[in-house]
This record gives sequence, C-alpha cells and structure tokens, in this order.
Amino acid sequence: MDYLLHLIVISCVYVTLAVSLDMLAGHTGILSVCHAAFFALGAYTSTLLAVRLGFAFPLALLAGMLSAAMFSVAVSLPSVRLRDDFFVIATFAFQLIFSSLLNNWTVLTRGPLGIPGIPTPRILGWTVASRGDWVFLAALMATVAFTAARLLTGGPFGRVLRAIREDESFARALGKETNRFKATVFAVSGAIAAAAGSLYGHYVGYIDPTSFSLGESILIVSMVIIGGAGSLWGPALGAVGLVALPELLRLIGFPAVLAANLRQVLYGLLLVIAMVLRPQGLFGKYGFER
Amino acid sequence: MTSVVTLRCEGVRKSFGGVHALGGVSLGFAAPGIAAIVGPNGAGKTTLLDVITGFLRPESGRVTLGGRETTTLSASQIARLGMVRTFQELRVIHHASVLDNVMLGRPSQRGERLLFALSRIGVAKQEALNRAIALGVLEFTGLRGKADEPAGQLSYGQQKLLSLACCLATEARILLLDEPIAGLHPEMAEHILKLLVCLKAQGKLVVFIEHDLGAVREIADDVIVMDEGKVIAEGSPLEVLARPEIMEAFVA
Repeated sequence: MDYLLHLIVISCVYVTLAVSLDMLAGHTGILSVCHAAFFALGAYTSTLLAVRLGFAFPLALLAGMLSAAMFSVAVSLPSVRLRDDFFVIATFAFQLIFSSLLNNWTVLTRGPLGIPGIPTPRILGWTVASRGDWVFLAALMATVAFTAARLLTGGPFGRVLRAIREDESFARALGKETNRFKATVFAVSGAIAAAAGSLYGHYVGYIDPTSFSLGESILIVSMVIIGGAGSLWGPALGAVGLVALPELLRLIGFPAVLAANLRQVLYGLLLVIAMVLRPQGLFGKYGFER
Repeated sequence: MTSVVTLRCEGVRKSFGGVHALGGVSLGFAAPGIAAIVGPNGAGKTTLLDVITGFLRPESGRVTLGGRETTTLSASQIARLGMVRTFQELRVIHHASVLDNVMLGRPSQRGERLLFALSRIGVAKQEALNRAIALGVLEFTGLRGKADEPAGQLSYGQQKLLSLACCLATEARILLLDEPIAGLHPEMAEHILKLLVCLKAQGKLVVFIEHDLGAVREIADDVIVMDEGKVIAEGSPLEVLARPEIMEAFVA
C-alpha cells in the first residue's frame, strides 16, 4: 500500500512534467529536450535554499519556479527565433551544459555526491509527513499544473499558440508577436517543471544529477508523444503509464534488476511503435509531421 | 474613415545572392483605392510585398506608412499599424475552425496576455464581442455557413477567401494581397473582386498582385508594372496596359 502511494506521488510529478512540456511541444509545436534541466533547476534551487538557508517549502518552491522562468527567458532570447529542428538542438545543448554544471559545480551542488537531508516541508503549520499527505500535495500540484495548462492552451492565448504551431508567419502577418508567445510558454512550462522538481526533491529527501539527465528529458518527451501531443490528457495518461510500466513488469514476475534495465528498451520500443502506428499518440489529434 | 493614409516606398533595394530582386523601387499609394501590381514571374512583386510588410528587410531605401518609417519594424508590428497581407500560397490554420481563424485576426485581445489568459478576467466578454465581429466578417465574405468547419476542409477558393477574411478581422486600413484570385473558379474570382471594390468603398487601400489583366482593368484605379526588380510603368490600367512595350515585357 505504501508503495502504491509512492507510485502515485511519482506519477503526479511526471504528470506535471508531461503536461508542462505538452504546452510547448504539443500545443505550440516547439519540441524541447531540456525539460529535465528545468526539473533540476526547481529541485536544486529550492532544496539548496531549504537546506542551507532554511527556506520554508512554499517560498523555496516559488524561488525554484522563478529561477526556472528566468533561465528559460535567458535560453529563449537567442533561440526562439530558431526554427523547429534548430530549436531542438539549442535545448539539447542547454540540457548538456546544465547536466555538466550539476556534476561539476561541486561547491554549490556537491556534484555526484548529491544533496542529502532535505527537510520535510511545512506549509502553514501542516507538516507533510505521511505518504497520504504527499499524495495530497502532489495531486494538488498536478491539478494546478493541468488547470494552468488548460487555461493557457485554450482561449485567445491558445489560439495564437495553435497558429504558431501550424504556420508562424501567418500569425505574424496578422500582427501576433510570435516570439513573445513562444518565450512566454517556454517560461511558464519551465516554471511548472521546476515546481515538479521542487516537490520531488523535498519528497525524496535527496537529489543528485542522475535524476535530471538527458535521458530524463527524453523520457518526458516520450510521455508526451506516446500519450498524444497537444491533448493534455494524453500526456498526463502517458506519464502515468510510463511510470507504472516497469512496476507492472515486476508484478508479472520479471526480476527487479532486469525490469529496471528493460525500462529504457521498452520506452524506446514504445516510442518507435507510437511513431509508426499512431504518430499523433494515443489520445492526440496532431502528429509531429508537418 | 475619410482621412488619407499614404504608403510610400523610396528607393527600395533587395538582392538575394547576386540577383537584384528589387533595384530601387519608389512608389506611392493612398487610401482609399485599389492598385494592382503586375509583371512577369521573377519581376520582384512578391519581394516588394515582403519588404513593405516587414517579412524582408531591404538593403537600402525606406518604406513609410502615414509618414512613419516602418522599415525597421517587425512584420507583426507593421500589421498592428494597420497594414496586413495575404500570401501567394494558402495560409490558414487547417486544424482550427473557420471562425477561430478569423478570430485570430482580431487586434489587441486581452486573453492573449499571460495574466489574463490564466485569470480569465474580462476575457469571456471580449471573446463574445470578437466572435460577433468575426461572424460579421464571415457574413460579409460569404463564409458564414462554414463558420464551424475546420479551415482545412474548405475548398481552395474558400481558403483564399478565408485568408482575406482573417485580414479584414484585423481592421487594417491597408490590405496587400498576393494573387488573391489566382487559380480560382471564375465565379469565386468575381466574388472576391467585388469584395475588393466594396473594401475600397469602405475607405481601404487594396494593393494586389495579379496576372489576370482582365481583373486589373476591371477594378484597379492604378496599375504598377514591374520587370526585373524595377517599376517600368505606372498609371491608369486603360492607358498603361494599352502600351505595346508593356505587353511585350509580358510576352517575354
């Protein structure tokens, strides 16, 4: 039971990540492979503030989100002008730089040793201690993230995002400052991913760079693509599915060591199958093909 | 709507590699009116439109709109100043409804700003207003019955019409249309030409690129003939298109 609750918390973290990436990749058509870097930025900023300076969880969380939003603006200034595949490469480079920073800036991050002893969050006198508390907090975060994504990808703002995805010059011809929209979505998406990182760090109580590698970014992209880019519900279910999959493997009798290693192979296989059979994903309406 | 807005190009030059697409073009337009740009393929007509609307930067020369220089502005800034364009190839948002396409054109929407998009304060009210205006534009263009269909399912001609409707939704005073009736069924072409005449009557300036000289004679007040990046003739269609050397340029 305890383990099931743990899986629910982790699922909520990934739902938050997948939904935030879907705003960018699915709705705006900008594929980014540096989502784990924003996840890390939230985790490191907030846990360092909590461990070293004793910041309360809500403040640390906000600081993490803010730093991710600021960083995303710094990344997007030179790169939002880039078209599709070049933008992917820019985010790829950012992810690599960030991973190497986490590993090598040991004074701040302690490198591969990681940061242990992250305190249990207290929110207005409520100590988030039991697994049940964590499930509540994580589900709350996922819901807020989902709602924010819904609001931003619907209505007039979402209309411009869809226009950017399908034909950016058409949107510009009608007077839309498309670079501003892209930078805004990138920042909001980064901030939400950072919130997930902040919660994750406080939940696990220990973070190190291996949780925020390029592989992690690709995992989040897989969740979005397999679930169905541009549908929000699809990526959310994709996240739950890919978190549950290795557990199911273990349940049907795969040895734990084998199941863990099979994960990557399976994700890759699923991605290929999705691309061949259903490029728009399980629940998506649009593929990545243009 | 009676004030005169002028669009001017002064010595506009643009080259791609070694090719001079525009070799010093100077032109003036005033609203209301209809002007046609004609010329053989590769004459620089679309390049001129791209430069005027900010999609390309000229190497030298300047473009002014109502006395204000627009050469350094971005395409979207120019559009917001009231000068919008259509493209030669079809450009509408295929997966969105016809109505959504037109609503996209509405200027300064509250819901396009982050905080309003998230809080939704006052967004619904403005959406309802924009929706009503967009439906009015669809009524005017004759696409009212298609409002809820995905734009991608419209016929070629209807999509051309839709791209014009999107421009109208912006309330821009100046419309630059790149071959608005090329490849259309004669009935649809006639319908669009009639709309352009209506737009002029509403005080707008319509500048369109066209190959069909019959259409130019029918509705244009002025015709500009371009060849090899230069304006080789300018004036009323009856006079200009009767000159033998102009017709030769077309045949060549």
